[in-house]
Amino acid sequence: MSKTVFTLERSRPLTADTYELVLSGDASDITRPGQFVNIELPGRFLRRPISVCNWTADSLLLLVRIAGAGSQELVEAAPGTRFDVLSGLGNGFDIAQRGSRPILVGGGVGIAPLYGLACRLIDAGVSPTVALGFRSGADSFYVREFTELGCRVFVATEDGSLGSQGFVTDPVRRFAPECDYVFTCGPTPMLRAVHGLEQFTGGQFSFEARMGCGFGACMGCTVPTTGGYKRICKDGPILYKEEILW
Amino acid sequence: MVNLSVSLAGVELKNPIIPASGTFGYGREFAEYYDLNVLGSFSFKGTTGEARLGNAQPRIAETPGGMLNAVGLQNPGVDAVIQAEIPNMARLFHGPLIANVGGFSLDEYAENCRKLAACPQVGILEVNISCPNVHAGGSNFGSDPNSAAAVTRAVKAVTDKPVFVKLSPNVTDITEIARACADEGADGLCLINTLLGMRIDLRRKKPLLANRTGGLSGPAIFPVALRMVWDVYEAVKLPIIGCGGVSSAEDVCEMMLAGAAAVEVGAANLRDPYACKAIAEQLPAVCERLGVENIAELTGAAH
Repeated sequence: MSKTVFTLERSRPLTADTYELVLSGDASDITRPGQFVNIELPGRFLRRPISVCNWTADSLLLLVRIAGAGSQELVEAAPGTRFDVLSGLGNGFDIAQRGSRPILVGGGVGIAPLYGLACRLIDAGVSPTVALGFRSGADSFYVREFTELGCRVFVATEDGSLGSQGFVTDPVRRFAPECDYVFTCGPTPMLRAVHGLEQFTGGQFSFEARMGCGFGACMGCTVPTTGGYKRICKDGPILYKEEILW
Repeated sequence: MVNLSVSLAGVELKNPIIPASGTFGYGREFAEYYDLNVLGSFSFKGTTGEARLGNAQPRIAETPGGMLNAVGLQNPGVDAVIQAEIPNMARLFHGPLIANVGGFSLDEYAENCRKLAACPQVGILEVNISCPNVHAGGSNFGSDPNSAAAVTRAVKAVTDKPVFVKLSPNVTDITEIARACADEGADGLCLINTLLGMRIDLRRKKPLLANRTGGLSGPAIFPVALRMVWDVYEAVKLPIIGCGGVSSAEDVCEMMLAGAAAVEVGAANLRDPYACKAIAEQLPAVCERLGVENIAELTGAAH
C-alpha cells in the first residue's frame, strides 16, 4: 500500500447515479482484484473508499455510485483534477481458490470489483459465469462489458425491465446450479441471500463498511467473524464463506 | 539546528510528537508506511483488563472539519497486549511507549497499570478516565473530581512510573478535575479526549452511529482543546500533553505556547497515515521561523 497522486482522465455517467472514472497514476500497489483505494477530497475530512474495478500498471478504472455530497464531488470533478490516494488497500480476491465452476454474483455498483476479477480469471484460463442484479434496466451497466469478455452472463432486475424479474439469486439457482464457488459483492441483504444458497461449497464475499482510516488503524469497521473480530478495511473487504456471521 | 527534545515528568522524548491512543493501533499499520522512530513516542490503543469487542456498526461518521467515532475501546485485554503487542511495538519503536489504560473499576485501573508499568518498554502510563464511548466506566470517572482523584490515587499506589491522567472535555470545569488529579500526585495530564457528539441519518431518520453518540475529533475541536490546555496550565503546575485536532507543525507550536509540554496527534493520522511524520519533519523549519532554538521554550510562553 502507498500514498500516491492520481489524475482524473475522464468521467462518464453509466446510469443516473453511477459513473465510470478513469484515472492515471502509479497503480503498482494494487495486486489483487477486490482491493480498494481511499481518495482524499478537498474539504472533506474522511477519505472515500472506492473498490477498484480494473487497473493497469499506470491507470485505474473505478465505478462510483453517488451516495452523498463527497461522491457527487468525485464524479463531477474536472478531467485533470489530481487526487491524493491511498492505493492497494484490503486483501482482495484470491483467484487460486475458485472451485471447479466459479460464478461471479454482483448487485448494483457491487459489480465493480467483479469486472477486474473476471479479467484475471480469464487470464488464468477460467471463464466464469456472471450474474448481475439491478433495480431496473435503466439502472443497469457493464452487462455488455462482461459479455464482451466472453463470460456467460445472466441479468436480473427487481422490476423485470431487463433479464429475469426478481433478485439476482433467482438466475443463479435456475440457470447455473452447476456453479459450486461464488465471488460476490453487493448490498448486504444480497450477500446474505447468496450466502444462503446451498449449491456453493465455498465463496469469497466483498463487504462494504463505514470506514475511518481504510488501512486498519482505527477499528472503525470491525465485524465479528467465526475467527474473531476482523477489520473490513484491512483483514477484508473479502471475507470467506465459512467465516461470515450475519 | 533546533533542539526538539522535550521532557515529560523525567521521560525524555526526542521530539514532542505523539500519535494519540485509538488512532494508531499498535503502530503496525503505520510502520508499513514509515519508520516510527521519527516520533517522540506513541500512545497505543486503550487497554482494559478483559478483551473488549467494542460497539456495533456503524462506529464512524464524518462531520464538518472532523469525525465522530464510537469504537468503544476494542482491545484484546491487558495480558494479550503485554504478551503479543508490546514486544512487537518495541521492535517498531525504540523509545519509551505510552500505555493508555482504561478501566471499569478502581481495582481494574490499578491492576492494568501495575501490569503495564512492569513492562520496561512502557515509559508513561496514560490513564484514560475520559472515553465517551463505553458505558458504566470510562468518562464516568472523569466527569467528577472525587472519582478522578480516586483513580489517580489507586494508580499512583501501584507504580513509580509517571502517571498522566487523560481528561474529558465533557465537564463544566476541566480545571477542577485537573486540580483533583494533581492533588493526588498525578505526574502530568493529557487533554483533551473527544467531545461528545452525534449525527442523524436523514434517510433513516435515526442516529447514524449504532452507539447513538460518539466522540468528536479533528481540526474542528482544536480551538476548544487549546483553550482547555491554556486553562489547565494556569490551574496546575504539571506537565501537559496537549491533544485535540492537531494537524500541522504550526498547531503543535500553538498547543505548546498554550502550555503543552508535548502534543498528541489523533484524527489526522486517519486521514493521512503520514501525518505525524510530516509534522515531525516540518517542526524544525517552523521553529526556525519563530526564532526558537529549544522547542521546550515554547511551553506556556504565551501566558
